[in-house]
Formats: sequence, structure tokens, C-alpha cells
Amino acid sequence: MSQKNRLQDGGRIDRSKPLTFTFNGDSYQGYAGDTLASALIANGIDVIGRSFKYSRPRGFVAAGAEEPNAVVQLGATEATQIPNVRATQQSLYQGLVAASTNGWPSVETDFMGLVGKLGGKMMPPGFYYKTFMFPQSMWPTYESYIRKAAGLGRASKEKDVDRYDKMNQHTDVLIVGAGPAGLMAALSAARGGARVILADEQNEFGGSLLSSKETIDGKPAMDWVAEVVAELNQFDDVMMLPNSQVNGYHDHNFLTIQQHCTDQFADRAPNGAVAQRLHRVRAKWVVLATGAHERPLVFGNNDVPGCMQASAVSTYINRFSVVPGNELVLMTSNDGAYQTAIDWHDAGRHVVAIVDARKNPQGSLIDAARERGISIMVGSGVIEVQGSKRVTGVSVAPLNDVGDKVTGAIAKLKADTVASSGGWSPVIHLSCHTGARPVWDDEAIGFLPGPTVQKQLTAGAINGVFTTHAALSQGLQAGADALAHLGLEATDSSVPTTEDVTQGKAMALFHIPHNKPTSKAPKQFVDYQNDVTAAGIELACREGFESIEHVKRYTAMGFGTDQGKLGNINGMAIAAKALQKSIPETGTTIFRPNYTPVTFGAIAGRDCGELFDPKRFTAMHAWHVARGAKFEDVGQWKRPWYFPKDNETMQQALNRECLATRESVGILDASTLGKIDIQGKDAREFLGRVYTNAWAKLAVGKCRYGLMCGEDGMVFDDGVTSCLGEHHFLMTTTTGGAAHVLEWLELYHQTEWPEMEVYFTSVTDHWSTMTISGPNSRKLLEKLTDYDVSKDHFAYMDWKPMTVAGVPARVFRISFTGELSFEINVQANYGMHVWNALFEAGEEFNLTPYGTETMHILRAEKGFIIAGQDTDGSVHPFDLGMPWAVAMKKPFSFIGKRGMQREDCVRADRKQLVGLKTIDPNVVLPEGAQGVFDPKAPIPMPMVGHVTSSYWSACLGRSIAMGFVKGGHDKIGEKVYYPLADGRVVEAEICQPVFLDPKGERQHV
Amino acid sequence: MFHIFCPHCGEYREEEEFHAKGEAHIARPLDPDACRDEEWGEFLYFRTNPRGIHHELWVHAAGCRKFFNITRNTQTYEILEVYKLGEMPSVVAE
Amino acid sequence: MQHYSGFGLLKHSLTHHENWQRVWRNPTPKKKYDVIIVGGGGHGLATAYYLAKEFGVTNVAVIEKGFLGGGNTARNTTIVRSNYLWDEAAYLYEHAMQLWEGLSQELNYNVMFSQRGCMNLGHTLQDMRDIERRVNANRLNGIDGEVLDAKQVQEIVPVLDCSEYARYPVMGASWQPRAGVARHDAVAWGYARGADAHGVDLIQQTEVEDLIIEDGSVVGVKTARYGEIRADRVGCVVAGNSSVLAKMAGFKLPLESHPLQALVSEPIKPILDTVVMSNHVHGYASQSDKGDLVIGAGIDGYNGYGQRGSFPTIEHTIQAIVEMFPVFSRVRMNRQWGGIVDTCPDACPIISETPVKNLFFNCGWGTGGFKATPGSGHVFAASLAKGEMHELAKPFSMFRFHNGALVDEHGAAGVAH
Repeated sequence: MSQKNRLQDGGRIDRSKPLTFTFNGDSYQGYAGDTLASALIANGIDVIGRSFKYSRPRGFVAAGAEEPNAVVQLGATEATQIPNVRATQQSLYQGLVAASTNGWPSVETDFMGLVGKLGGKMMPPGFYYKTFMFPQSMWPTYESYIRKAAGLGRASKEKDVDRYDKMNQHTDVLIVGAGPAGLMAALSAARGGARVILADEQNEFGGSLLSSKETIDGKPAMDWVAEVVAELNQFDDVMMLPNSQVNGYHDHNFLTIQQHCTDQFADRAPNGAVAQRLHRVRAKWVVLATGAHERPLVFGNNDVPGCMQASAVSTYINRFSVVPGNELVLMTSNDGAYQTAIDWHDAGRHVVAIVDARKNPQGSLIDAARERGISIMVGSGVIEVQGSKRVTGVSVAPLNDVGDKVTGAIAKLKADTVASSGGWSPVIHLSCHTGARPVWDDEAIGFLPGPTVQKQLTAGAINGVFTTHAALSQGLQAGADALAHLGLEATDSSVPTTEDVTQGKAMALFHIPHNKPTSKAPKQFVDYQNDVTAAGIELACREGFESIEHVKRYTAMGFGTDQGKLGNINGMAIAAKALQKSIPETGTTIFRPNYTPVTFGAIAGRDCGELFDPKRFTAMHAWHVARGAKFEDVGQWKRPWYFPKDNETMQQALNRECLATRESVGILDASTLGKIDIQGKDAREFLGRVYTNAWAKLAVGKCRYGLMCGEDGMVFDDGVTSCLGEHHFLMTTTTGGAAHVLEWLELYHQTEWPEMEVYFTSVTDHWSTMTISGPNSRKLLEKLTDYDVSKDHFAYMDWKPMTVAGVPARVFRISFTGELSFEINVQANYGMHVWNALFEAGEEFNLTPYGTETMHILRAEKGFIIAGQDTDGSVHPFDLGMPWAVAMKKPFSFIGKRGMQREDCVRADRKQLVGLKTIDPNVVLPEGAQGVFDPKAPIPMPMVGHVTSSYWSACLGRSIAMGFVKGGHDKIGEKVYYPLADGRVVEAEICQPVFLDPKGERQHV
Repeated sequence: MFHIFCPHCGEYREEEEFHAKGEAHIARPLDPDACRDEEWGEFLYFRTNPRGIHHELWVHAAGCRKFFNITRNTQTYEILEVYKLGEMPSVVAE
Repeated sequence: MQHYSGFGLLKHSLTHHENWQRVWRNPTPKKKYDVIIVGGGGHGLATAYYLAKEFGVTNVAVIEKGFLGGGNTARNTTIVRSNYLWDEAAYLYEHAMQLWEGLSQELNYNVMFSQRGCMNLGHTLQDMRDIERRVNANRLNGIDGEVLDAKQVQEIVPVLDCSEYARYPVMGASWQPRAGVARHDAVAWGYARGADAHGVDLIQQTEVEDLIIEDGSVVGVKTARYGEIRADRVGCVVAGNSSVLAKMAGFKLPLESHPLQALVSEPIKPILDTVVMSNHVHGYASQSDKGDLVIGAGIDGYNGYGQRGSFPTIEHTIQAIVEMFPVFSRVRMNRQWGGIVDTCPDACPIISETPVKNLFFNCGWGTGGFKATPGSGHVFAASLAKGEMHELAKPFSMFRFHNGALVDEHGAAGVAH
């Protein structure tokens, strides 16, 4: 349990809080304040994973979001497994369990590594496009092997036990990043009275200052941070979000923040707490103070564990009090990285040498290194390292002035750690998300945020300025700018003082040459996770992949879970050189959300399972449930499908429900039908324009069926509309179509006919609707009302206001079954009462509840269509055989009229809706069966139309069906054949679609 | 996600409350029966669909249910103006 | 053209891969071509390839404003299937499917066409009716397909929640075993390499600024980089720019360009072996050979050329995915992106003559163009070669929007509509 790389004191860890954790089955200790990475390094773990393609051993390179290698499987239980967690971003907690994601039998001894060694030469970029083609039949086999190697971590096998939440935020200023620039911007904005959100991906605010030894206002930098944080905490309108990644910058200043609430501290969220929260932020202004990522240099075998970013080494030493080795070689192209050698030296370890590619570096840090007696090799580079699971030594060679050629003898040095710095890449990711193109800056040697239409400000290293002073002053300015945009006044704040640092000019260097050509040199990795090498990029360019997007796609550069944060700029520089272009000419690929990966569960939030889509219930739902109803999803509604009794099969239940209705009386809960209340003096005229039939003469108290078409003439909804008053109508729509119909009516009223006085209100939920249907329905109704509902007083297609079971009701004498029917509408909260009263009164008539399936059968026996089942958006009323529902002579050219007269809509051989009787009456055609005239025709068979509705009719003692047949209206009596999947061919006769009571005598009693 | 000013509610609201309804100012022919098939097809389906300035119809579906027009850049997604039905845009493509 | 094979890889590994030939030339355009294809995406490159290879028209240029295969070819979810409802669409997509089977060998470029099957889930009774209808139509058209019940679905996709507790329980599915996925970039590159080998000039980074039209006929294009380039016939295959090109030619198209978003998870160990789509729950997913879950989102409702959409669309998609696959909840989304899809009112493409003589358009593929790439290229090449539309293309004339002969594939076209 020794932490051999841990220093005795210093750092931001809490040595009084030791934490035990497990990695690859072994138990280790770290401290509160550690990341998983720092704790593993403290314990001397070098190999954290294996690379994707060549299975090379890989160690820690970075200390933050840009880490490509240290990607682990996390989770103490099956239900809490998380794949691909970056160890550098995961706080250590007691009982944490992590494992490497690749390597068999273990990450230390990996069989695939052998394959990578032997076969690696045959796996240049795009090798899979050039092979595995012969013979064709073998591809699935080849692929099954390729697939075996897929993936890093694994998904859990169990349902997630954690909960996730979302919060909508509105703020004046969202500041991304709480380093010196972000803190200063937040302070300035908050002092000026703005509402501020400050979000940072790390567990502590401070950014680069967390691992820095510099002073601000004469105090240690972190003391200054603590003061600023304390002041910010005083403001009511400042929200501080540590452990929170801003992952997406969307249009109109909408940003998403993933806040880790408990998953940074526990395997699963304690006691119903929220594991992660997604903040959906609308910010008036955004300040990006996202800093920069250091670019390591590219050299031979630079992936051997022990090769790290210089700044990461400093971070591990200063922040976590961990030195990741004993013998350091630092390679740099700039002054800043000297700090790493100084930190290493000051931690009591040996700096073998600083290798500076520049010939004559000058600056205060260089002086400081010299003062410590550190050997500096100028004009040189580390061209390769030795070792496999840990660096054992380096080869250093002198370079020419521009750093693209080895010019002299190679010296070998012993070392176990190589820190390198090729400068800093501004973290511009968020600034690109809405399409802004980054701009190359020669001074900064990096891409800076490009011009944007978003309300975005930037401060600090993202702008290519890399000193703390610049960060503080730009942060102050960004805060003041935001205030000015908001119409607020900045208070008099000044830039805190920092130490003066003089820095020499950095050299634009990315790729260290080898004495061998790149293609023959040891592998020089650019993108570690995808094993993209400098040779691979050069090969891609040689093969003609000249666009940077082609290079990226051909080599897979930047496609890893770090999305090229570490390697992309190096790769672009290498491609530019290979193509003999400048970096800005070659251009960059663009960053897209997310900045770092986001848990699916957090994006889904609570809107899964029960809350995935609201369920809508009628007032009588509980009754249906109690009766054992089976339900059907129709739109968002749960509708009773059928009501099985005892051990009935579905068909037995349907037979019983159908016969009971036809013989006595049945009842349907029809509350789900859409209901739109329409009022206004032009309501009648409006109906005439949106329905295909005539409405001018519908008298008060009358009901009428109508078809609704689009401007293309195709039916999209239907229903009965009743005249409640001269200027007042109640429209019903299909259950699923209600919302669409309402918007449709509003569209035409507001855009085309605003001069009409008409108002629409959805009243679907206001009413409970119960339809009693069957020869005894009148007798049943009579028991519950004093109103005269006799044939002479209450005619078919009339509606009457009356009292039913003691409550006011609208009763409509309309019928979808062909039987004597009454549709009783009562205020929804009386629904259950009236329903119960009906059952009490209906006992003597064997009142039978039925669901949607019986409703479908009963209407099909009458040849009534269901919009959405017997229509599909490609049929007009004439196709449906419903010319009676179209009033072509109406004065106004109603919606759909012109459309249904287009050339293709008046063809004689259109598919038309007809009835179908199977020759064998016991055979029920499957719905969806496709008809043919010639069942012996070869495939592809000319199809003539499909079966839309098909049932066993217990009342008729045979099967019935409706369907489309080409030219069917002129083919009554002819045959059509249905070749089924099981080999049967069902023969049917085309007939009129009214199977029962064609004269309508049953409903007119 | 767009931030849209509803001219009827007088407030900025989130895009989730609105539905885009396609190009604005597509008037239904006054005498459909006099249209040739081609003209009717143009009205029904053919659109300018520009890259750049676009006048489009939106509805505050989960709000006031009112339709209104937006002039928006379809490349940058900037909303350049919002105006009521019956009004004409002040920002137009060159 | 240098032949690719495992042996070739071995041979080149001995010389450190220093001697691979260029995949295509980088030519300066001639003054005049027989055919100019505007748009170097998958469809345009396939068109050029078949023009040269099958129809003997080799004096061809493909003019691309960016890089080859850089539009929707680079941005789709790579699903290939042919289970369309109506005969016209089924024939076209099945024509493509048959070309897919053997495309790697045809091009000597492994496009990694992986026939791991595609499942379209049904969650309601009407879904199941539509599935029966479509699968029956497929079968009688000679396209493989079957209807699965929930139990069979569960056997094929163990991680799918087929329980009754789902908000919309799975009732069954249609299943096309020959469907699958392909490596999208490789399709563009394979066709480009093949076209180049047959003499086609691939002109990249060259934007067409105008179409040159004389006496009602197109005679060439005007480019920023090379000025005028003349041609006897011009074919525009510029998804996401079709209306812009049409405007240059002086007509409108029945199109709206919308953002269509997609996303991938981080790579995880194989867990999903087939393509699963749900129109009702609005999500679809497959897993790539690298391990990423490739997930398609819905279409954004507004017109947009920005190659990005709105976040709620992503949220709805992820909700659907987690609803369908509860065990994906702790997997993480790596990257999202957007394409520009030109949607037609009937969810079918336009492969058509235009009001301008010798100017042809191939567009309007909406959300489903990738799967059609070989078939689209083939029939468009045939049409450009002869100057009259190929039989399979005829139903997809832009003039169907005048006479009303639409081919309504909203049901089969997928999630986005």
C-alpha cells in the first residue's frame, strides 16, 4: 500500500483523509483531493491501458480533459458500470473500483500486443479499405474478428440505478472556466450587478493556478482564488458550478452544462440524490475563459509510458504532490515548460537534461533552471525513447534551425520520464460549435476563436495569451464588456499584480525529425487513442488525401474520446508540411459538441419510462382497469382494446362483445375523440371551407359527418360536427389527430381568412363520452332521463341537451356501429358517475362494455372507414367510395377540391376502397396482405392494393375485410388474390364494403 | 435552440414552444378552380428554400397558438426580425 | 489503377508503405466535357463512375466545392436497406441494394458493407398493420423481409427493452436480413478512385457560382477558381444545395432543406449487432465496427443550411434510445453533428429532367440518400448518358408534383418524418 511517488508534503490533497480504491483487482490508497490518475501515479502504476489498433501499453499523458490513454471502466457493481471514464477527470472516492478497458489476459501482458507488433506494419491507415475483400463471402467472418477488437469499456448489463435531472437557467453572463481569466470576469460581472453562472470542469476553482507556484497580489495564487471565491459566494445572483463541464454551445447563446453532483464522490448516488444534472442555460452573454491545452511534441515511441505533457508533470507535482518518476528529460520549444524541470528539481528528483529545440533560449525561467544547475541541451530534440512499459532512456540529437532535420550525432541518456511541450493550443472548442471557423495565429502558434454571431466574449489563454497577468486583465475586460452590453456599469476594479516573467520567443515545432525518414522511424504518435502516427498522416497525404478532413477521416485522427484535444494541431501541422502548405492553408477540422462526453442518462433526464411520453386516461380508466381491460395505445391515450372475461381468448371476447351490442346494448368509452368547440358568426362558412361536404344548411340540433382533406385532396381526418347554435359548433376528430386538426384550423383562419369571425377551443378533456349502442340502447337511456328520446322526438343525426343520471348532458344520436346509438357527453368529472349509473340501469339489458377492437369490427360490418387505418395520406374521398361526402358545387373552393382533381387523382385505375369477402368464409385475411390479380405471376408481382381492415364477424358468421384494389369500384364481383408469407393464396371477391344492413334500417328505429 | 420573440405574447420564449411551418407569404390562390395543375403544384410544393435570408411562418404552438412571421438567416440561424401576419418584412435578401 | 489486396499490403509493408500510388489525380479542368457533374458526394461520384465504366462516357468532370464525400456522405448514419413500400421506391432502393452486394469487389475498395440486418419496430396496432403491409409488398417485389413478433425481436436484440413496462411496448418488427451498414467515407473514396481510373476528372475545392444557360439549354458552369467550364450535359447532385443551384438555373424545386442531426457514443464493447429503428419512439441505433453506437436523431422542423440543429432534438433522441435500451443510460455521448437534408413532400427523391434542357437534377433524398448511393448513381448515369431518364428514375420526375403522382414513402422513410 505504499505510495512510492507521493511527496511528503505540499499539494492540494488531504493527507488526513486516506481513501482506498481498487484498480484491476488490486487495492490501493490515495487521498481526498486526488484524481484517480494522480492516485494511480502515486502508487507507481505506469500502464493504464492498451492502444486500440496496435495494443501498445499506454500510460498517463495529461492531467485533464485532453488525456487520451487513461480511459477506464468504472463501477463497483454491475448496475453502476460506466465505460470510458477519463482517470484524469475522475475524483478519487472511498471504494472506487476501476479497471483497464483492454488487454488480455491483462493490461500488463496483452496477447493482442503481440499481434500489434507483428501485424502493425501491415496496418497503415485505411488498410481495411485495401483488404478483406476476397473472397466476397468471407467478409462477415473477417468482420466478426474486427468487431471483437471493438470498443474501449463496456455498457452495464443492468438498468441504471441513478437518477438524472435537468434545470433550465437564464443568466446575464455565463462564464466558462474558473481559472484566472474566468474568476476575474466573474468578479467584475458580479460586482457590476449581473446575474452570473461560473462553471468549471474541475472539482476546485482556480484552473491553471491550482498547479502553479506563482503569486497574485503578493500572496500564493490559491489564496487569491480563495478570496475571490469567497467574495463571489456572497452574491445572491452568482451560481458557482464546479465539477461542471460546459459541453455544447448552441444557437442564440444556449449552452448545456453537465454537472457531476454525486458521481465524482460515490459509486452510486446516495439515497435518491441526483447523480448528474444537465443545466440548459440561456445566457445573454457568454465569456469563454477555457484556457489552453499543452501540445506534446511528436517523436519516436512517444507513447511509451513515461512520456507526458510538461504541464501535466507540473500539475501532478504541485497540485497532487506526486512525482511521476525519478529521472526527467524535458523537451521544449518554449520557455514556459522550463517550469516543469524546476518543479521536478525542487521536488527533490533528478533532471537529466532540458532539451530545447531553440538555439539560444533566453528568459527568466531559463535563468532559474540554470541557477539550479540543470543541464540544458539547446538546438536539440529527443528523437526517440527506449523502453516498452516505461521509458528507460532517450536519444537526443541536434536539429537544424527550423527543426525538421537531425544534423549531428545522437546522444543517449538514461531517463524514466520525458516531459514535452510544443506550446499551447487554445481551447476553442465551444467557440466552434455554432459554425464559427477558427483563425490561425502565428504569434500564439495556435488557432484562436473565429468571428461569431453569438454573444460571446473570450478571455485569457483561449485568445493565445499565456501569462497570468494577461488572463487577469482580459478577464477583467470581458467582465466589463459584458456589463456594458447589459447596460450595467462596471465598478472600479483593477488587475491584481503578478510576478513579472520575461519569456523568449517560442518556436513553432510539432514533429521532431528522426535520423530515419518518418516512414522508417519508430512510430511517432499523434493521436494516441486511435494509434495515428506521423507516418500515417504523411502516407495519407501521399495517397492523395489532401484535404484536412480527408486526412482526419482516412487516419481516424481526432475520432477518439478525447476528440483530438491533444493531437489534432500536431496532426494538422504534419499534414501541412507533407502537402507543402502552411497550417492556415491546410485549415482545421471543426469541433462539434460535446466538449467532453456526456452521459446519455443525463441528456434523457427524467423523460424516460413513465415520463417518456405522458399517458392520457379517460375519467373511467380505473373502471376499465378493474374490469381487466386490455389497452391499446392511441396517440398518448390508453384506450380499452377489449374486455376479456374469465379465460376468454381475445376472439371469444370480441365475439361476445359484438353479439351483445347487436342483440341488446354495448357501451364504448369514446372520451378520447378529439373535440373542438367552434364559435363565431362565420363558423358555419369556415366549416364549409375545411370539410369537403356542405354545411350551409345544417340546422341547430343537427349533426353531420365530414371528411377533412389537405390541399392535395387527400383525406387526413374525419368526424362528426354538430350544430349547437347558429354560430356554435362542436367538431369531433380522430383520437390521434386532434392536435393537428386544431392547428390546421388555426392556420387557415389566421393566415388565409383572418377576416372571418371564428374561434376554436380544444374541449377534448372537458367531456366524458360514452356511446351506448344496440337495440336496447334507447330503453337504457330512458331509464336515466326524463327527456323524450323516442324516435319521433329524437331523430337520427340529431343531438339534444338533457339530464342523464341527474347531470346535464349532450346526447348525440349518431352511430358508428349501424345500431341505434346514443353518444352521451357529460362534464368529465361526472363521467364515472354516469358510467356507473348506466351499468346499474343496464344490468337487465346485459349492458356490455366493449373496446376499440369491437368498435372496429362493428364499423367495418357497416363499411365505415377509420382515418389512419383505411387511409394513408394518399387517398381522396373518391378513392374511398365516398363521393356523397364531397360537395363539388359549394361556392367556395374548399380545401382539397382542387387537389383531388389533378391529373393523377382522376385516373380510373387508382386504388379504390372496396369490401372483400374471402371465398372460404372461415379465412380471415391478414391486415396488410397485398392483393394481386394473377397469383401465378412471377416476382416482382404486380400488386393491386392491400387489405386495410379485416375481422371475423361473429354477427355474420364469416370473415369480412376492406381494402384497396386498383380500379376496384368497377370490379365488384371480381376476384382478387392474396399470396401470404406462409405460402397460402387467399382468394377473395370484391364487394361493396357494407356487409350488414345496407339500407341502414337498424339505426333508424 | 432558438430564442424566439413571440410578437403576440411580447416575450422571448424557447424554441420548444414553437413549430416552424415553412416559408411565409405562400398565399392560397384566390380561385383554385382556375389554376392549372402546374400552378396548383407550385402553390402546394415548390419553395424558394434559400441559403440565407428566409421569411418563414411559425406558430406559438405551446403558447398563444398564434402564427407569425420570422425573417431568419438559414445559414447563421440569426433571427433578423419578427413580424405579424399581414405585415411585410423589412429585412429582405439583396 | 493499383490493385488492392492483403498481399499488396504485405508487399508495401516491406517498403514502409512509401510506394502507394495516389488514389486519384488532382487535375486542372479541361475547357469542355461531355458531362459535368456538380457535386462530389457519394451520389455524384457514383454517377461519374458508372458513366465512365458502364456507359462509356469518360470525358466527365466532377466539380466539388469542398472535398470529395464531404457533404451528407460524411455525415450520415450509414444504414443501407431496401424495404420500401411502394413499387417505384422499392425497385430503386433494391437496385441499389443489389449493387451494394459486391460493391467492394467491383471497386476493389472495401466499403465494409455489413449485412447485419435492419429491424423496424412496431409499437402500436397501426404500426403492425403498416409493417405487415410493407413486408408483404417487399416479399412480392422480391425483397427479403419478414414480420417478427416481440419474442423474436428480443432474441435478435437482447438489450432492447421488450417488456410490457415500456411506455410503448414493442409489439413486433419488420426485419430485413440483407440490410445493414457500410463505411460511408469508403463509398465516396471507392467511387472516386474508380472514376478517376476511368479518366474522370475530379475537381475539388471549386465552387460552381453559376450555370451557363443559352437558349434554354445548359452549356456549362461558371466557377470561381477556373472560370467557365463547358459541357453538353450537366447533372446536379448537390444535396443541401439543390435549391441554390436550381435558383441559378431559374426554377424552384419542391424542396425544403432541414438540419438532420446524428450522434455517436464513445466506443464500447460489442452489444448491438444489428440496426434497430423505431418510428414510433423516434430513435434508431446501430453499432459500428469500432464500437461506437451510431444514433440518428430526428429532423429539425425549420429550414437550415448550418449543418447543425437544435439541442431538444438530440434530447428527444437520447430519451428514445434510453427508453428502448435502458442499459445504455450510463454510456456517454461523444460527438454530435448535423447534415443538411433536402426533403421532398413525399419523402422520395427527385431524379429528373428540369425546365432547362440538358440540365438534370438528382436530389431530394431527404434522410435516406446514403443507402441509395449505388443505385442513384447508376440510374442517373444512365440518364445522363442517353439524355433521357432511366426507367427506374421516371417515377421520380420533379413534374410529379404538378400532376399529383407522388410516391408517398413517409411510412418507410424512417424516423425523421
